[in-house]
Amino acid sequence: MTGTGIGASVKRVEDQRFLTGNGNYTDDINRPGQSHAWILRSPHAHATLNSVDISKAVKAEGVIAVFTGADMAADGVGSIPCGWQIHNKDGSPMMEPGHPPLAHEKVRYVGDQVAIVIAATRDAARDAAELIEVDYGVLPAVVDMDSALAGGTLVHDDVPNNRCFDWEIGEKDAVDEAFAKADHVVSIDLVNNRLIPNAMEPRAAISDFDRSTSQYTLFTTSQNPHVIRLLMGAFVLQIPEHKLRVVAPDVGGGFGSKIFHYAEEAILTWAAAKVHQPIKWTAERSESFATDAHGRDHESHAELALDKSGKFLGLRVATKANIGAYLSTFGSSVPTYLYATLMAGVYTTPAIYAEVQTVFTNTVPVDAYRGAGRPECTYLLERLVTKAARDIGIDPVELRKMNMIQPDQYPYQTPVALQYDCGDSPATFESALKASDYAGFEKRRTDAEKSGKLRGIGISTYIEACGIAPSAVAGALGARAGLYESAQVRVHPTGSVTVYTGTHSHGQGHETTFAQLVSESFGIPIDQIEISHGDTDQVQFGMGTYGSRSLAVGGPAILNACNKVIDKAKKIAAHIMEADVSDIEFADGKFTVAGTDKEMAFAEISLAAYVPHNYPIEEIEPGLDENAFYDPLNFSFPGGAHICEVEIDPETGDVEVISFTAVDDVGRVVNPMIVEGQVHGGLAQGLGQAMLEGCVYDDDGQLLTGSYMDYTMPRADDLPNFSVATQGVMGASNPLEVKGVGEVGAIGSPPAVINAILDALAPLGVDDISMPATSQKVWQAIQESNVRQAAE
Amino acid sequence: MPTVSMTVNGKSVSAEVEPRTLLVQYLRESLGMTGTHVGCDTSQCGACVVHVNGESLKSCTMLAAQAEGADVATIEGLANGDELHPMQEAFRENHGLQCGFCTPGMVMSALDLVQKNPDPSEQEVREWLEGNLCRCTGYHNIVKSILAGAEALRG
Repeated sequence: MTGTGIGASVKRVEDQRFLTGNGNYTDDINRPGQSHAWILRSPHAHATLNSVDISKAVKAEGVIAVFTGADMAADGVGSIPCGWQIHNKDGSPMMEPGHPPLAHEKVRYVGDQVAIVIAATRDAARDAAELIEVDYGVLPAVVDMDSALAGGTLVHDDVPNNRCFDWEIGEKDAVDEAFAKADHVVSIDLVNNRLIPNAMEPRAAISDFDRSTSQYTLFTTSQNPHVIRLLMGAFVLQIPEHKLRVVAPDVGGGFGSKIFHYAEEAILTWAAAKVHQPIKWTAERSESFATDAHGRDHESHAELALDKSGKFLGLRVATKANIGAYLSTFGSSVPTYLYATLMAGVYTTPAIYAEVQTVFTNTVPVDAYRGAGRPECTYLLERLVTKAARDIGIDPVELRKMNMIQPDQYPYQTPVALQYDCGDSPATFESALKASDYAGFEKRRTDAEKSGKLRGIGISTYIEACGIAPSAVAGALGARAGLYESAQVRVHPTGSVTVYTGTHSHGQGHETTFAQLVSESFGIPIDQIEISHGDTDQVQFGMGTYGSRSLAVGGPAILNACNKVIDKAKKIAAHIMEADVSDIEFADGKFTVAGTDKEMAFAEISLAAYVPHNYPIEEIEPGLDENAFYDPLNFSFPGGAHICEVEIDPETGDVEVISFTAVDDVGRVVNPMIVEGQVHGGLAQGLGQAMLEGCVYDDDGQLLTGSYMDYTMPRADDLPNFSVATQGVMGASNPLEVKGVGEVGAIGSPPAVINAILDALAPLGVDDISMPATSQKVWQAIQESNVRQAAE
Repeated sequence: MPTVSMTVNGKSVSAEVEPRTLLVQYLRESLGMTGTHVGCDTSQCGACVVHVNGESLKSCTMLAAQAEGADVATIEGLANGDELHPMQEAFRENHGLQCGFCTPGMVMSALDLVQKNPDPSEQEVREWLEGNLCRCTGYHNIVKSILAGAEALRG
């Protein structure tokens, strides 16, 4: 036994370099002869580009070249594509207006790219950018979705009413029927606040073009370098894969925001072939705020039909989703197939109908952010169910329990396309109730009252779909790519191993977790295993990391490649030990012949594979190096229960999270330490959404929350210690029995927080508060209640 | 361009820089010491924290020229070969980092805390970290790491 296999809290392999300042992030890289770029961005949310005069800028000191959208258009550069095609209710495809990397003729949000200045230094490029004279024909901006749908101002002239698509899922008639026979109908209107992802490392890129080989290279802060190669190479710049290398080195956090193919990547790569030298660009944080794809931004109306006893009969949801000025890579899939397909939640609601309108506005594109659609869905369901409990006078625990899918009902076919493969929501719920001492809450509330505080408790139970994705299913739903994963397991002659994975690690600790899979499989210690990711010239292929897919989809690819290695090694062992291959056993790193004391170590076989002097050469080739592609049969379905307890100071509106309990079913846990860390991080982003974070554009489309002074990131003293536990139901639809953990914290937690705050404020008659529930908002709600009560 | 000289991790260094060069740019671009990171442009995130004359400081808030003659310590100077400093080791042991981008600033900031307050409470650690943002960990394990690092350093 190595002690570094599945289930061990192995300390992370990658930490040594990060802790000593030896990480290798994109901005840490410098290429010989490198120039620097500055991107001139639109200060207007909506304007025609009447002229862009670069004559002064090109003459400025140190400037190498200046390019505009007209230059790229003249070169026939394509539009940045969207990876997922959604169809309207009438079967017609969604509107896909063009998205030029450098704006051409019109700018559509503050931060839209207008020109690139390439110079000897970054300062010279920035100084020269100020010399570019742009004649903007400023147009009215549309920022809120209702105005956009009214259609007065069009973000894209060819998109009527700014509607990207009008989509539906579920059985409308069945739902209407359910509502007709309901004893109770409970409705709610919700805003899911727009968020700015804020990975700590700003986006950056370095491009290069080798004139001798016509080879392009792009270093970029990406979660999925092969996807960038595909999208940029095939659709935007028409560079074949074999002439384009994309490298995503160490990446400082992504949370979705670094999935997408961004304009700067295409602009830099295209320009490198013009200036014949490497070009480096690193975003300032202000640029990150303005131009990284944002998350969430939904407005929904939802209605739940219940019978007399509280049993759910039907659910009806109408959502408007802001897609921003352009369709980003996954923008169209987030408010549809990653959102409304989860509307059953953990409940047996028999009839569900959801319709989603997606709207272009003069704001930065909106796309996947940690959870991507599933937090929006969970927030809607868990706010609605909690409101139903209050409105009809049933305990919120009992109402949930009586409607929950029971363990023996799996596989469970929902009315909204998904089939949950396994789970046990009642079990995680029960554990969370116990861990949070839910039963003892009323005493704690009374104690808090004595010290003048309002105490509340809030519940959220959820299930989500991740492990994205079974390609055939995704394809049928509109995905324009396969979503399998690949791995190459290369055993070296002396028995050490390099694994090439198509997923990408930017904080998740793959270099440790994936090595544990191989350690378990081969029975060799983890220090003999290297995980390589992020370089399209090294890794055969990959779809990258998002949707909590890396272990659930990338893991089985590694496992399958390991199994191919073992199968081949057994044949080598059988030949050398003169036994039948069916008698060869492999365990703890040793090949043995059953019933004998003959054995060979893993490294002896690998050496024989590369020094094939005594070798079954007529049967197998030399070498020990195997590939596998893995395409899952279904999504995986993590779930769980989150319980939040808060205390509010009615004098100030200050909300303190007293405790936060999460019990999550993520299937098999490979590294418990890393899994807990992933949950902590997700919870922090969920609590941030619930209490602190909110992106604000003014009516003119100016971003008001464009810096850390205006956008409230959770800080250490805003957050509690978290109580987290996992409780898994094995048997998910993959051979590792893992479900995915990256997003659960952000999915489950926001409604738990808001339900807790509303529970605390319930005695004052407050029944709604929007996210982020800042102290100011809470204080205002308390004041309004005081005024109301005085009037009564 | 003026020449700016200082001591970084015990070594005398010197480089010609534009007057507007920040200390963090001097470290990263002139000296190639990329362990110190830049996460924002408003001196909020703390990824660039180093020590200047023994005190923690956001190296984006100071011009390189202002650090002329100063004694600067960065993340690169902490470990002894492969042997981590006890505070670095505490971060490793307690999973106090994920993507690693905020980590150098967190560790340098933590070291200044424990030199001022060798036995901080959890609340004191959380308050001290108001100038250091992390988007990955939820701070839970960072706080745990700093408490463990402080304990190790007390011996």
